[in-house]
Amino acid sequence: MIRLNLNGAVREVDAEPDTPLLWVIREQAGLTGTKYGCGIAQCGACTVHIDGVAVRSCSMPVSSVTPDQKIVTIEGLSPDRSHPVQKAWAALDVPQCGFCQTGMIMASAALLAQNPHPSEAEIRSEITNICRCGTYSRVLAGIQLAAQGGETGRG
Amino acid sequence: MTAQTHPLAASSRRGFLAGAAAIAGGFSLGFRIPFAEEAAAQGAASLPPEVNAWVVIRPDETVVIRIARSEMGQGTLTGLAQLVAEELGCDWNKVVTEYPTPGQNVARGRVWGDFGTGGSRGIRESHEYVRKGGAAARMMLVEAAAKDWGVPAAECRVERGTITHAATGRTTTYGAVAGEAAKITPPKDIVLKDPKDWTIAGKPLKRLDTLEKVDGSQIYGIDLTLPGMLNAAVKDCPVTGGTVKSFDAKAVEGMPGVKKVVQVGDSGVAVIADTFWRAKTALDALPIVWDDGPNGKVSSADIAAMLAEGLDAKEAYIGNKGGDVEGALKGAAKVVEATYGVPFQNHATMEPMNATVVWTPERCEAWAPTQNGEAALAAVAEAAGLSATKCDVHKIHLGGGFGRRGATHDWLRQAVTIAKEMPGTPVKMIWTREEDMLHGRYHPVTQCRMRASLDDKGNLTGLHMRISGQSILASVAPNRMVDGKDPVVFQGLNPSGPEAAIGYAIPNILVDHAMRNPHILPGFWRGVNMNPNAIYLECFMDELAHAAGQDPLAFRLKLMGNHPKHRAVLQAAADKAGWDTKPAAGIHRGLAQMMGFGSYVAAVAEVSVDDGKVKVHRIVAATDCGHALNPQQIEAQIGGSFVYGLSAALYQECTVKDGRIEQTNFDTYPVMRLDEMPVVESIIMPSGGFWGGVGEPTIAVAAPAVLNAIFAATGKRVRQMPVKNTDLRQA
Ligand code: FES
Ligand code: FES
Repeated sequence: MIRLNLNGAVREVDAEPDTPLLWVIREQAGLTGTKYGCGIAQCGACTVHIDGVAVRSCSMPVSSVTPDQKIVTIEGLSPDRSHPVQKAWAALDVPQCGFCQTGMIMASAALLAQNPHPSEAEIRSEITNICRCGTYSRVLAGIQLAAQGGETGRG
Repeated sequence: MTAQTHPLAASSRRGFLAGAAAIAGGFSLGFRIPFAEEAAAQGAASLPPEVNAWVVIRPDETVVIRIARSEMGQGTLTGLAQLVAEELGCDWNKVVTEYPTPGQNVARGRVWGDFGTGGSRGIRESHEYVRKGGAAARMMLVEAAAKDWGVPAAECRVERGTITHAATGRTTTYGAVAGEAAKITPPKDIVLKDPKDWTIAGKPLKRLDTLEKVDGSQIYGIDLTLPGMLNAAVKDCPVTGGTVKSFDAKAVEGMPGVKKVVQVGDSGVAVIADTFWRAKTALDALPIVWDDGPNGKVSSADIAAMLAEGLDAKEAYIGNKGGDVEGALKGAAKVVEATYGVPFQNHATMEPMNATVVWTPERCEAWAPTQNGEAALAAVAEAAGLSATKCDVHKIHLGGGFGRRGATHDWLRQAVTIAKEMPGTPVKMIWTREEDMLHGRYHPVTQCRMRASLDDKGNLTGLHMRISGQSILASVAPNRMVDGKDPVVFQGLNPSGPEAAIGYAIPNILVDHAMRNPHILPGFWRGVNMNPNAIYLECFMDELAHAAGQDPLAFRLKLMGNHPKHRAVLQAAADKAGWDTKPAAGIHRGLAQMMGFGSYVAAVAEVSVDDGKVKVHRIVAATDCGHALNPQQIEAQIGGSFVYGLSAALYQECTVKDGRIEQTNFDTYPVMRLDEMPVVESIIMPSGGFWGGVGEPTIAVAAPAVLNAIFAATGKRVRQMPVKNTDLRQA
């Protein structure tokens, strides 16, 4: 049994130690908001926070996470889509198919936690997630809107 | 806005649970109640009656609009709901959506029409009947109220789901009369609103499916969980046409979670386990010997040689012919010639292929992210060995489609074949990214020889385009071939027509196709044949303009007098981009135009090339799609089209070695990311009177606009895609 602190709750999961954290989150913990896109740390669809830092969970064995490290997934980012990044995403209708978007949001939220007012150049170089639908313009605008704490209604 | 529940996932699971006991007890009952969401919403066993096939109104005034086409990110779900809601006259804030199943469509005489979602057809080919569905429902609701009040229906007014009769001061709501409305005979004469009176359609409304996509609650096929479900990982022979020679199941049967190791048809092997990760881990450890079959030695060079032969072949299928090209070439003041080519491309949907299936000898149901529910049902029935009436498919929002999940359901057949090994148990099959890269249905590989004649004033007098290469239809839809020839190859080059006509009047023209089909399987890839054709035509037009010593815009416009819509989008993009002005230092411009999927598109790209590295700074894109149903979604499609088109043009290719695709994942198949995203300014200029698509056409102009700008920057013509293979550094 492996012990994890997931979205504020301590859970025990039955998984081989080398199982990627992504698959433990998706299968053993049943939280499917965190996505599989590549499995090799290329796309960022699997991004979660560990102690507030964005991590690509597909490439991290579950055994490398200690029980005291706090893992937060999209389901734990806010209870009601109220995180500024989520509000900005809803206001700008950022997602297309949406498959990459939970990872995008987690990466963006971690960026803003570390750098609340990133420049456009910083956003462009820090957010390296892949979106095949090509939502990048709105991702950029969404991070800027969240950083400003701007009007975030859905009109 | 009301949060849209995910009716399918919710109702599927609920419906499945209703039958879960039956699974344990021999699985004798059907395992899903159609539209169980409705029953659940009522908290009662009785379903609220539908007003008609398109509209259900619940007593709480929620308006359920049924959507036959698939949502894969392109916004069709919201657009179709806008059309129904517009005619229905309901409160947009009360709208939720629901997918009927293809099985229900069959059972009801195809009341929802075509489920296919490809070729940018989701809206443009169904707008009329879905609007009529909404209008008919409105008429029935009004009539029900009028009957109750004993007043003429014509005197009643509708506003946001409220019906009023001014003279008697009476008011009621759609929810209150929906039950009675359902009993009314549907009207025959339906008059649709004039688009100029639209208040919901044509407006930049927010999508109905956004909120679930920002909190992780959107269920995709890969996320589906059913009671007692197992998971499967699969490998198919890496070489198309090859088979499984042997595998050693014993070697992995004791590994954690493994339930069964099975052969899948002639060419595949799967491991079924409790979790996907355990299935994949065991599959990776499984010794498999493949028989590569007849194609095991084929390389990209072999395929290129096959296509090169077609460039000179005597026999070719003519798609567009006028005048005498050879005569024009003989009498030319100048002949210009160039050969272009595009490689195989994988769709690389963000969500890899997957499907969940339950099979018993009596019945088979699948949960599938499909672009075409009806084709999926046919595939399930065939693979299940059951009649279609004993099968059904539950559609789920797609994590990207781009054409991969519509015409070929190879992945779904595979999932059914695997599930047959576990009767009564739901099995979810997921492809790894590596499997997805290896078993795509690739953008076809073609080469094109362009030859043209200019007179002594630099006028274009003749053009021969010889396309050599792969036919999509020959592999995917042979029934759509015409006398063994593929007319879709000429997308954007047709002499005329409302779908994909060339925008130039060229006195002597010949466009023909020498079909050469390698063993790598092709598919419809977002933009389809319009993409390579736009590169060939629009880059070569640029070459011709330079050979004639003329401005590329002016050179084109001279040939576009008879094509006002093509001309208008090109002019609009050029004007907004400031084509006549000098760009900033180091910035160079290129332009392109094309017509396809019923729409007219043009783009101007601003590019710099520094030490051989291309940077796209800004793109101005114009679209005339006839009617613009949701401008903010069209803008999103245009922006996304540049990412898709430029990722391919700049970086992506699938190459072949030893009969198999070499690229394995996003590290070897790079995708444009945020750091490279140019500023995209879109001009949406619907001229009315027709319905064109918006999900695909813009992709076609992305590459040629940028390629022409690269030439302006470097003086180098990149004629073989992707650009990364050409050294653009200045000597
Ligand atoms: S799935 Fe982890 S980075 Fe792609
Ligand atoms: S929204 Fe579809 S992959 Fe990003």
